[in-house]
Amino acid sequence: MTTDAPILLEMRSITKEFPGVKALSDVNLVVRSGEIHAICGENGAGKSTLMKVLSGVYPYGTYSGDIVYQGQEARFSDIRQSERAGIVIIHQELALIPDMSITENMFLGNEPRRRGAIDWKVAQKRAKELMRQVGLDEDPDTLIKDIGVGKQQLVEIAKAFAKDVKLLILDEPTAALNEADSQHLLDLLRGFREQGITSIMISHKLNEIEAISDSITILRDGRTVETLDVKGDGVDEDRIVRGMVGRELSSRFPDHTPKIGEVFFEVSNWNVKHPITDRLVCKNETFTVRRGEIVGFAGLMGAGRTELAMSVFGRSYGVFQSGRIVKDGKEIQLKTVADAIHHGLAYVSEDRKAIGLNLLDDIKTSTVAAKLSKISHRGVLSEVEEYEAAEAYRKELRTKAPTVDEGVSKLSGGNQQKVVLAKWMFTDPDLLILDEPTRGIDVGAKYEIYGIIQRLADQGKGVIVISSELPELIGLCDRIYTVFEGQITGELSREQANPESLMKQMTSTKKMQTR
Amino acid sequence: MSRFKELQKNLFGGTTSNARQFGMIFTLVAIVLLFQLLTANNIGVGFGDGLTLRSDNLIALLQQNSYILILAIGMLMVIVAGHIDLSVGSVAAFTGILVAKSMAEWDFPWPVAILFGLAIGAVIGAWQGFWVAYVGVPAFIVTLAGMLLFRGANQFVGNANTIPVPEGFQDIGAGFLPEWGPDTGYNNSTLLLGLIACVAVVWREWSARRTRIEMSADPAPLWVSGIRVAIMLAVLIFVTLRFAGGRVGTSFPVSGLILVVLVLLYSFYTRNTAGGRYIYAVGGNSRAAELSGVKLKRVNFFVMMNMSVLASLAGMIFVARSAASGPQDGLNWELDAIAAVFIGGAAVSGGIGTISGSIVGGLVMAVLNNGLQLLGVGTDRVSIIKGLVLLLAVALDVYNKSQGRFSIIGSLTRPFRKDTPPAPGATGSNPEPAKTTVGG
Repeated sequence: MTTDAPILLEMRSITKEFPGVKALSDVNLVVRSGEIHAICGENGAGKSTLMKVLSGVYPYGTYSGDIVYQGQEARFSDIRQSERAGIVIIHQELALIPDMSITENMFLGNEPRRRGAIDWKVAQKRAKELMRQVGLDEDPDTLIKDIGVGKQQLVEIAKAFAKDVKLLILDEPTAALNEADSQHLLDLLRGFREQGITSIMISHKLNEIEAISDSITILRDGRTVETLDVKGDGVDEDRIVRGMVGRELSSRFPDHTPKIGEVFFEVSNWNVKHPITDRLVCKNETFTVRRGEIVGFAGLMGAGRTELAMSVFGRSYGVFQSGRIVKDGKEIQLKTVADAIHHGLAYVSEDRKAIGLNLLDDIKTSTVAAKLSKISHRGVLSEVEEYEAAEAYRKELRTKAPTVDEGVSKLSGGNQQKVVLAKWMFTDPDLLILDEPTRGIDVGAKYEIYGIIQRLADQGKGVIVISSELPELIGLCDRIYTVFEGQITGELSREQANPESLMKQMTSTKKMQTR
Repeated sequence: MSRFKELQKNLFGGTTSNARQFGMIFTLVAIVLLFQLLTANNIGVGFGDGLTLRSDNLIALLQQNSYILILAIGMLMVIVAGHIDLSVGSVAAFTGILVAKSMAEWDFPWPVAILFGLAIGAVIGAWQGFWVAYVGVPAFIVTLAGMLLFRGANQFVGNANTIPVPEGFQDIGAGFLPEWGPDTGYNNSTLLLGLIACVAVVWREWSARRTRIEMSADPAPLWVSGIRVAIMLAVLIFVTLRFAGGRVGTSFPVSGLILVVLVLLYSFYTRNTAGGRYIYAVGGNSRAAELSGVKLKRVNFFVMMNMSVLASLAGMIFVARSAASGPQDGLNWELDAIAAVFIGGAAVSGGIGTISGSIVGGLVMAVLNNGLQLLGVGTDRVSIIKGLVLLLAVALDVYNKSQGRFSIIGSLTRPFRKDTPPAPGATGSNPEPAKTTVGG
């Protein structure tokens, strides 16, 4: 895209204040017609706030500065007005209703009508058209809950198209997608560019931004740092990171020399059935973990990695069929989560907001939540010990919060993740299972989390990392298992692991003997 | 000015302190004073001679509402866990009739009858808890069924008749503390209780300060602590003298004492034990709680069972006070108890709420009811006013929260936050340790 394309959108010195906080100060953004414009910045840099100002979530008058859209000053007082102008935002948390069909969702709030009643015939026909446009091959009557998250994302985009979109805003569109689905989505965005649709994309995945965007605006601490022209300025990932964190990050992973001991945890012939259907989600899976070792689990979305982890962690997923768990040479029975915690297991879930934390709690209550017995004396909780434990972890993990009385809902993703880690470190586990430990977390915080994981391993604990980001697994893990459709299809050492070798085994049931 | 700010900040909590923070306690005090004034005007006497704060009225007020407040304790825990219990009135009535019958026809001595009543509550609670926790039927449905079931059972057992209860039993609902010692012109038992409460308040403030220092956080300035304790002591002494200074033979009621003990016990349980914290964890995010090793079913079973035991106790206290058990006992109690809990700041979605908040909420409703009756307002209009108060109280709280402003009720519902205003013993008759500054 040439820089002389007409300007579609210009946001001028946008300042937005919340009580006590300046979320945006004097932010400028220029988006040209027909380009893909990426917005980068660490969590809390103000990306989402800026998009909320643009889409009218924060109505005109609650911020200062001007928005010029299609050559005219825009004063949106709600989302409906911005949508009417062709600005559609797709949020990170998908706004779809699980029990409605694809068609119903696509036209929710925007139903084609005939004499006051919804015209389902027209809706069906248009739904099919739109689905073809985004490359979604499904029956339009399928319920949203029955399709995968990748396809749900496509439904969201089709929904935006149903509103006659001119400027499409995507907030972390690939955060929940696996590599293949992400790739499909990025191809789709390129296709839209050909059709002249302008996109704004917020993402933490710098490789994607580098691959797809025409220009990049970087925010830091609520201010515009710079706007880069990708082709003209020769931008690469390191260049973006430098802008985001304001310094050079020499490496994405901290230096680490593993101190690996003997095998202490072993799961063998593990079979688990889906909670409702008869399908096996874990088929005869066997794996081992050594002391001081970081073991990765690679696989596509839906391969059954989370299911494996949760079923091992006190049978908290699915219906147990058969299998043995041996820890320190002895077979153990983990029938409940309490058993698993008692035997030194910890599971940090992939969805910290939905199932990892009680968002009503503050930091200290969350920190001690999984092992209250440690701060209880004859059944009575000690407030002092609770405070001291939480404070110690806050300092150790460098959680950014004024005090441990702060509610966890007010923390950024990275700091919430640190609280969850603290919660499980507090249980003194021997084996930590971390499911997508850096999802939705910015570059700086990721580096810190990697450091924490390595320190835990160095203390002689075993760590299992489940991740959809292959570079993360390759950079962090001493050994990686690949999982495909509920089976372990391969085992690669650090030396053998590269994106190609992993991808090959993540997509095939053929067990390759690489060791 | 800075001194005043410091006082404002530390006396009733946080930096955003303003009149709202007095919250429900302030509302309660205001309502009491308002009715004191109105009743005095109504009969043409001075403010001090108003009917509301007269000894006999305060005693009656507590006796008439102790059973609702006992229900509110259990209901708070049910609601915090994310459930609801509609059956409490019927359970109370069913227990009442069985207990009355056990004494009248099967010659149970009254202490045995009380144990029998609690056992009935436990069995009913186990029944309802089973369906809620282990089968997974929503509590709304289980207890709606229970409401019909046990109302019918009451009328089936009692043939829709009234059964009287003996005098010994009546003491738990209508009895007073004994008279002893020198003639002080007051009831000495009540004076002793008041003294214990005063000592408890001072000790509590002192230990809270010590805890703060231990956490290496700054305690409130000493003079602020002094003022806070002074206010609480003044209220306590006033209320003690009122309850002790009624007609000869009256005192702080036995049912009130039962209530106070339960409030202390359950407040301690919900705030300072792992079991109590599990209830909040389950209500706040049940999946997260489960993955933290909390036994979900056990917690749900416990709160439902506990509620029915307390409902049985409330039923027996009511029967004791009215000297007989009848087919209409406990009608609409569930609604009063639920209203108390929500006025007291609990969240409909669960996870938020405190016992003391619910008690204050219940007292607001009780004082309103009592005051309007003293003024001769008919029950029709009383009901309309109570409905509006419930709606407005919760709406105000929701509004304040959505504006990101300091929430009155929110402040009451954060037991461990240092920004928590003290709850000076509710009416003061209640020597519950105030929620003083304990946080970190």
